[in-house]
Amino acid sequence: MSVSALPPAIEFIGIDKRFGAVHANRDIDLAIEAGTIHGLVGENGAGKSTLMSILYGFYAADRGEIRLHGRKTTIRSSADAIRQGIGMVHQQFMLVETMSVLENVLLGAEGSPRLAPAEARARAVLRQLADDYELTIDPDALVADLSVGEQQRVEILKTLFRGAEILILDEPTAVLTPAEAAHLFRILRRLAQEGKTILLITHKLKEIMAITDRVSVMRAGEIVAEFETAETSVERLAEAMVGRRVLLEVEKGPSVPGAVLLEVEAVDLRDKRGVSVLDRVSLEVRAGEIVGIAGVAGNGQSELIEAIAGIRRPTSGRITVCGRDVVGLGPDEVREAGLAHIPEDRHRMGLVLDFSAEENMLLGHEDDPAWAHGLLLDRSAIRRAAMTAFDDFDIRPDDPTLRAALFSGGNQQKIVVAREVARTPRVLLVGQPTRGVDIGAIEAIHRRLIALRDQGHAILLVSAELDEIRSLSDRVLAMCQGRITGECRPDVGETEIGLMMAGVAPEGVRA
Amino acid sequence: MSSTSRRELPLVVDYGLIPILNLSVAFLISGLVVLAIGENPLEAVAIMIRGALGYSEGIGFTLYYTTDFVFTGLAVAVAFHAGLFNIGAEGQATLGGLGVALVCLTFDGAPWWLVFPFALAASMAFGAAWAFVPAWAQARRGSHIVITTIMFNYLAATLMVWVLVELMSEPGTMSPESRTFAEATRLPFLRDFLTPWGIDLGQSPLNPMVFVAILAAIFVWVLVWRTRLGFQIRTVGKNPIAAVYAGIDPGHVVIVAMLISGALSGLLAVNEVMGTQHRLLLEFVAGAGFVGIAVALMGRSHPFGVVLASLLFGILYQGGAELAFEKPKISRDMIVVIQALVILFAGALEHMFRPGLVKLLDRPRAVAARGGA
Repeated sequence: MSVSALPPAIEFIGIDKRFGAVHANRDIDLAIEAGTIHGLVGENGAGKSTLMSILYGFYAADRGEIRLHGRKTTIRSSADAIRQGIGMVHQQFMLVETMSVLENVLLGAEGSPRLAPAEARARAVLRQLADDYELTIDPDALVADLSVGEQQRVEILKTLFRGAEILILDEPTAVLTPAEAAHLFRILRRLAQEGKTILLITHKLKEIMAITDRVSVMRAGEIVAEFETAETSVERLAEAMVGRRVLLEVEKGPSVPGAVLLEVEAVDLRDKRGVSVLDRVSLEVRAGEIVGIAGVAGNGQSELIEAIAGIRRPTSGRITVCGRDVVGLGPDEVREAGLAHIPEDRHRMGLVLDFSAEENMLLGHEDDPAWAHGLLLDRSAIRRAAMTAFDDFDIRPDDPTLRAALFSGGNQQKIVVAREVARTPRVLLVGQPTRGVDIGAIEAIHRRLIALRDQGHAILLVSAELDEIRSLSDRVLAMCQGRITGECRPDVGETEIGLMMAGVAPEGVRA
Repeated sequence: MSSTSRRELPLVVDYGLIPILNLSVAFLISGLVVLAIGENPLEAVAIMIRGALGYSEGIGFTLYYTTDFVFTGLAVAVAFHAGLFNIGAEGQATLGGLGVALVCLTFDGAPWWLVFPFALAASMAFGAAWAFVPAWAQARRGSHIVITTIMFNYLAATLMVWVLVELMSEPGTMSPESRTFAEATRLPFLRDFLTPWGIDLGQSPLNPMVFVAILAAIFVWVLVWRTRLGFQIRTVGKNPIAAVYAGIDPGHVVIVAMLISGALSGLLAVNEVMGTQHRLLLEFVAGAGFVGIAVALMGRSHPFGVVLASLLFGILYQGGAELAFEKPKISRDMIVVIQALVILFAGALEHMFRPGLVKLLDRPRAVAARGGA
């Protein structure tokens, strides 16, 4: 790099942080050159978030120092971080949806009691930023009307407006289509060319390979490896993250589809305001196959799953599970018909975080006579079943009496999966099975889904990870704006699926 | 990586240290108030404790108050577990009293042990019925239960005036109260059984309902933690979306939980109407329904905690009465201030010291669990 004569933009020197017994960051040394894009990867709990929180002023390090552009500094709060030119784009956007882009950008940086002069100034700055970085966005648009990709651009604009020289992005592509992600990467490239320093936290190793200049791998609180991106590979990164060789590709044989177990026919669904969220959706899933639904989040996939599971009632259409019409039945009755459901959001729907893990194993099955001990719940039977599931799925820590909130994302997801497959359902609905799950657990969950398929279960899979859809599914359907916009084999190119996800599939690909 | 989990504290801290800390602060400030009006706080504390626990009649009164608070505290606690803030224990207990009075007046003169089961049933049925309407409105129409139960307290109070003035008051009397029940129909006082054993409960109205209160606490514990219904109630309270996912109808659970809550409130009326006053009169609940909220908050909605907190408030009530009697400078209102401070610190500011303690102890448990991932 031509800029290497300058001191690094960010330097962590001997950063150490403990939370009680756990050593979240051990003696971390890391230098990031100005004007580069630096990737930070690691499994959940590896310490990435802690390190970024220290940089952004949420936590104070126990030991060590941070230098910005060669100067030693202490960052006491996020306001402090912003003052020192650090901006963060969170995974969950921090925007006021009912306000315009301009108002959101100004929020907290008004500078004067009267808004008008600040707005005029902001408008000029936004125009300049749009020209410089391809960050084009209508400053008067309401945030609620923007696409997710545009909202993310607003977040980036906010940091730049506040004079950020260093940008931290936490899993920025989780909610984007491939095209939107490509646009984001172009913006990031431009920002780096203009001398901004970018720290990218992600678990998508392909993105690391595509966009970063250097990459650091964290494991168990330490930086275990650092590479020039050009000199490494996805396999090597994965190995460094997990500490052993990982199978990234799921090994599976060809599927042997049997009878149709799940049939959805012309299902319409309108939300409370009467807006159509599902538009004549038809599909079928056979025993022994995994059907994947590709689509950008918010295009009706979640509603489709909830309609099948009995959580939402379709406005019209027919849904059959194992030959039984389930429209109008409650979730418990659909479950009885032979369906299980791994919800896409385990925190919101799949778990009661304040309950112990074993109580979570009961959720949806509390009426099962296996748990009944007269009028009471048979605690020892529940404990035994939970212990078996914990062993079977290698859930750690190995203590089902702990609150569900205390488990890592991967282990929480295993608890949900264990519960849902325990009663060998014929039809399995799976939403985002590996979101926020570490690589080791992803492998285990994927293998389990393939095994269920091979045993003759019908699986309907929704995932925002196109790679996951493609590696697990036997058939892929694309969804856009509540409609099935195409069907294809999982091995067709990413661009083609991407087009179908955007609703512009060529007629020939349509199902 | 997710920040959804609340930081974990050892149970001893959560259930022992924090309540003690809260109480200490409440008493410290109460002490300053007492000091400000020129009395010796230590002496005041001594009088209160002696008055509440120092002699058997005092203990009798303390336990009698405790009985009331256990019922309303459990009522509020059960609703809490379903995620509902039942402010209506006062009104539900009032209606419970109507039920008890109707039974006792109907069977007036019959032996108490024959009337007792009917009185219990009637108190629960009337209390539950009064809770049903707000519960239904919450479950099926989304009307906020806090608002509706408060309104139903007023409705209950007004209804009682009408019933007592127009229907139940004895002809020729001016006071809005029912006729007094026959001696045989009243619940016996425990003092009558204990005097032969040399325990003198004096004039305290302690009666068999104190045992019913203990049974009710055990019942609530079993219900909440050992039955399917309790599991469903807690699921709805902690995560209604997960409840729907599981196939639990949150509306149904809301109604059932409120019926149980109303029934528990209603039981207070047996203690008061059949066991103490021996007639139905206006405002016999005397705020116990609201104390129940404080008791449930302080007892962390756990039956054991509710019983302990009820005992504390029983001591405050009885000891406070003695204090007001012995120290004219410390009026009845002062006692209310002290009780309010306890409610403020133990209930409303329950979590004030939590963040500090978390920082101090730095939660080794939570991270230890996470580290295993």
